[in-house]
Amino acid sequence: MITHVENPVVEVHDLTVSYHKKPVLWGVDFTLPQGALVGILGPNGAGKSTLIKTIMGLIPHSSGFSKLFGKELSEVRNRVSYVPQRESVDWDFPASAYDVVLMGRYGKLGLFNRPRKADKEMAMNCLEKVGMADFAHRQIAQLSGGQQQRVFLARALAQDADLYFMDEPFAGVDASTEAILMDILKSMVTRGKTVAVVHHDLQSVKEYFSWVLLLNMRLVASGKTEEVFQEELLQRTFGGKLTLLSKMSELVHKNEFPVRES
Amino acid sequence: MHFSDFIIVFTASCIAITCALLGCFLVLRKMAMMGDAISHSVLPGIAIAYLLSNSRDSWVMLLGATAFGILTTLLIEQVHQRMRVQEDASIGLVFTAFFSIGVIIISAYAENIDLDQECVLYGEMVHLPLQSLYWGKQAIGPMAMYNAVVMLLLVLTAIVLAFRRLQVCTFDPGFAVSLGISVSVWHYLLMSLVSFTTVVSFEAVGAILVVAFLVVPSSAAFLLTQRLSHMLVLAALIALFSAVGGYYLAYWLDASIAGCMTCVAGLFFLVAFLSQRLLNKTIPLTKENTGTKAIGIN
Repeated sequence: MITHVENPVVEVHDLTVSYHKKPVLWGVDFTLPQGALVGILGPNGAGKSTLIKTIMGLIPHSSGFSKLFGKELSEVRNRVSYVPQRESVDWDFPASAYDVVLMGRYGKLGLFNRPRKADKEMAMNCLEKVGMADFAHRQIAQLSGGQQQRVFLARALAQDADLYFMDEPFAGVDASTEAILMDILKSMVTRGKTVAVVHHDLQSVKEYFSWVLLLNMRLVASGKTEEVFQEELLQRTFGGKLTLLSKMSELVHKNEFPVRES
Repeated sequence: MHFSDFIIVFTASCIAITCALLGCFLVLRKMAMMGDAISHSVLPGIAIAYLLSNSRDSWVMLLGATAFGILTTLLIEQVHQRMRVQEDASIGLVFTAFFSIGVIIISAYAENIDLDQECVLYGEMVHLPLQSLYWGKQAIGPMAMYNAVVMLLLVLTAIVLAFRRLQVCTFDPGFAVSLGISVSVWHYLLMSLVSFTTVVSFEAVGAILVVAFLVVPSSAAFLLTQRLSHMLVLAALIALFSAVGGYYLAYWLDASIAGCMTCVAGLFFLVAFLSQRLLNKTIPLTKENTGTKAIGIN
């Protein structure tokens, strides 16, 4: 069940990606509307991270194409932001939280330009938005997992983009930090930004996302959360994992009662 | 202090600082042994350059060696990515292969080549002032010194101009690609500088000292600093003091200059390690305990 939209912010057409000749994504085809908060869901190894890495040009694809704002990625880089998985970098790197956030401005700087006053102020503002201003000059290894994730979000905010791809921003984050991050994502969406998030926790999907992609090598479904987040499609996506799915069916049916207090 | 003493210390300091600056990026990229690999795998380059040109002109040798240094870094990357071999294993595979090819070429075709193994490994800095660079017919000073100065200026310029690019490519290559930065171009640029530096310096000071200067000052600086710019400056200072201190230690003990410089650098690392322990008792040293990786997964 795949819902297509008019004037999509993201258009992915027949995208196939292979890794060492084994296909990881197969014929993925979807569109995303502007202002959506999108959850990308699927079991481990479904290709969720691969999908956003391919759209961001980190991984080559074997066929198909993706367009952002109806254009090639290289034409709209300054309007797109990518947040990698927290575990993908070495946090022992000698840098402060502020140094990392300032990297969000590098895309708009030329090769040899130094960051200007406005760039530095922007970086500080973004740290403030994620509640990390007090930790600006702390070395990043001395931050907790949740604080590191907030630094990554601040760096993305510093890019001042219109479209955000985030790879598991809630991994290893405690409940209160997750709530803070989620508030920021929701306020971004209300300002017309589009945010796509690779997500693991099925319990929070209904509460968090307005649009859902269900992925398991092939795209199972793409559409509004209330239309797509149902038992049969989830079963096709996660297949076989019965204990999980029986819990899921409860969730789907009793959606009036939020499982997670906010 | 004699003029020749000054030349030795000055040349060694330039080389030490250059190696320490590049070493910071190698250590942060977990490629510290790249310098070791390059200093060995340039051997076939030197042998082939000698056979083709039939001259021992050091510029020809330098060219052949640098070309093989760059080839080494390219091959290490390709073996790592395409053959799915771990990066460290890939380094070991490539440089031992190249080194053995070099040994075979020399033993089969160029037995009369004057390639003293001791000299390659330990360097003979006492001889450093002997080979002069000529301007017309006028000797204007030792060649090795000019090489070292040019190299230091080249590396300094590259790092100052491209500091932010190198920083973001080293810390978060995925993010750098998403900004449209060509991470592989910067990788190979850095590795070319490492090749060139390794080749120029090991001719002057020996392979072991090059590896020591690439790894030791930057590792010591890593322990003591929290920002990349500070790490670079501190590594350069440690390298400088190791070179000068090592020279006087060698003078005093009447021992190998390269050996003493390496020892002093090692002492600096020990001091850095101990002072970091004393200053930051609250921050344990092992990765498992820094709270960075541990929280992430479970």
